[in-house]
Amino acid sequence: MNYFTGIDVGASATKAVIINAEKEVVGYSVNNSGADFRAASDTAFSKAKKNADPKGSENYIIVATGYGRRNIPYVDGIKTEISCHARGSYHFFRNAHTLIDIGGQDSKVIRVDVLGERGSFKMNRKCAAGTGAFLEEIANRLDVKLGQLNRLAEKAQKNIEIGSYCTVFTATEILTKIREGEQVENIVKGIFNSVITRAIEMDPMENNIVMTGGVVAYNPFLVKMFEEKLGKKIFVPPLPQLTGAFGAALFALEGKPTEG
Amino acid sequence: MAEEKKRLIKKIQATSQMKKIMADYFYELDRASKEGSPPVAWCTSVGPGELLLSLGFLVYYPENHGAMLGTTRMANNYIPVANAIGYSPDICSYLTSDVGAFIKKETPLSLAYEGINEVPKPDVLVYNTNQCRDVQDWFSWYARELKVPTLGISTYRCIGNVSDYNLESITKQIKDLIPHLETISGNKFDIDKFREVLTRSYECTQLWKKVLETNMAVPAPMSFFDGTIQMGPAVVLRGTETAIEYYTLLLKELEEKVKNTEGAVDGEKFRLYWEGMPIWGKLRNLSEFFIELKTAVVASTYCNSWIFEAFDPEYPFMSLARAYTELFIVRDENFKEKYIEEMVHKYKLDGILFHDAKTCPNNSNNRYGMPERLQKRLNIPTLTINGDLNDLRCFSEEQAKTNIEAFVEQLEVV
Repeated sequence: MNYFTGIDVGASATKAVIINAEKEVVGYSVNNSGADFRAASDTAFSKAKKNADPKGSENYIIVATGYGRRNIPYVDGIKTEISCHARGSYHFFRNAHTLIDIGGQDSKVIRVDVLGERGSFKMNRKCAAGTGAFLEEIANRLDVKLGQLNRLAEKAQKNIEIGSYCTVFTATEILTKIREGEQVENIVKGIFNSVITRAIEMDPMENNIVMTGGVVAYNPFLVKMFEEKLGKKIFVPPLPQLTGAFGAALFALEGKPTEG
Repeated sequence: MAEEKKRLIKKIQATSQMKKIMADYFYELDRASKEGSPPVAWCTSVGPGELLLSLGFLVYYPENHGAMLGTTRMANNYIPVANAIGYSPDICSYLTSDVGAFIKKETPLSLAYEGINEVPKPDVLVYNTNQCRDVQDWFSWYARELKVPTLGISTYRCIGNVSDYNLESITKQIKDLIPHLETISGNKFDIDKFREVLTRSYECTQLWKKVLETNMAVPAPMSFFDGTIQMGPAVVLRGTETAIEYYTLLLKELEEKVKNTEGAVDGEKFRLYWEGMPIWGKLRNLSEFFIELKTAVVASTYCNSWIFEAFDPEYPFMSLARAYTELFIVRDENFKEKYIEEMVHKYKLDGILFHDAKTCPNNSNNRYGMPERLQKRLNIPTLTINGDLNDLRCFSEEQAKTNIEAFVEQLEVV
């Protein structure tokens, strides 16, 4: 029997998703990408296989995506993460929508039409502001764990403005807030707001809005804040960090990857 | 793998002749610089070169030197040197890399041409601000440093239709240069010589246009990346017989390729427009990448910018003024959009790629909503990539390539 695998070798995390012919997820995993994309991919794939295929008896068709997509020699095809996120998102939301993916190193705004065709897209510029790397840097500055950010933001008592484009300048702005005695919770909420603003600046927020990516997966409060800002509901697929890998697995199933 | 990749880019045979004429050009300048005669003028690339040639100057173009600093990837050695003396990393990286190289007493010319150790010493610096204000600042730095006179034409900007008053002003400014240039060169201005140079420049420009138009063929015989190299003689040798001979040769070769349906990109699937500056330090890299994606970048504003249709020896001053005023870069957004629209139809394009060059706002036409407007109006996808002409610190290769690859994936479903 064939299983279909998407491996998304992202800047921060490598994700693998295995689906069956019915497009059901039968295995998945997430691990750090580190400095060896091939090793990260091997680990993600074998972890996902443990769930999906403990006897190791299945045949796999694999599509790779993400920054390290060209570093995996055993794939059947590659596709950019922009197309994979759109494909994964449309599986869950079969309508025209604007997809916002906030990843480790970049954020993207992607248009998906009613037929699921991916249209125009925009990625953040070279700067890390508005991405997962930005949150990591700020968590370090605040001496809190990345996993604590969501809870801290929820506890915020007020909205504060953190307006810098640049991660380093933002860190400086935060120093000012700390000096002024601002509560960490409020600062974190200000940072979440900054991530939201960076996304809103990229492209008009038209049609339904879907959010994916690791930042969304670990910070549901950020989605809630985004909804308040836009005044409309934001849709989040199951396992939002895995949307790109899931889309790649769908491409593997549908046989539409470009050559590997 | 590297060897395998090298073969992706198809050789244009005429290039070896271009290398020879460019070498002759630089050696002639070097000789003049060392011997103090004939006089040497530095000129902006879309400046009044024809006037200078007619007055007996040899003409050196610092922008060409800037591009050499970019293609050799030497620019980033020198940009910080200029930054350190107060020239911001946000201004033209031709300026900063060129000035930095001069301060360090280094030049890519010495790597390419044995015996040339420095850029030619100027007797005068002549600019036209039709491209940007930075050229004036650039030349002014040298004027102060070398104690050489600088003269210039201050142009209009963002103009729709070119009006009589635009041309009258520029014509007068060109004429006003003459007494100064006569004094510096020691030569009397001769209108017939000026007409002869203009005639040759016009012929060069027509041939260059025909060269670029061979890319209307499907598949296109030459890529944008080839074009940025092939345009060298149109920039530095227009007004000479040498340039005319070269483009006659190149045109013949490209027409032969068209006849044999030999494209620069094997299996050409998509055809794109490149709007904005080249990323000089990544020409080969990007050229190969597009070939792998079976996508041909067939037309560009940049290469077209050295087509000067207005040159007319019957009206030498007015036509020079017109040619250097009706350029794309001098015009307003409406003109630019219409121009690109015509290119889209003429070259049967599938998409438009905008290069947002960090240090070159005048050549980055994505910044006032043009990609979005064109996408909507022409129903053609557009993409903006961030980079720079010379400062590779402003270029994220992985991100740019992912953007380009995703754009091509998008074209596959259109």
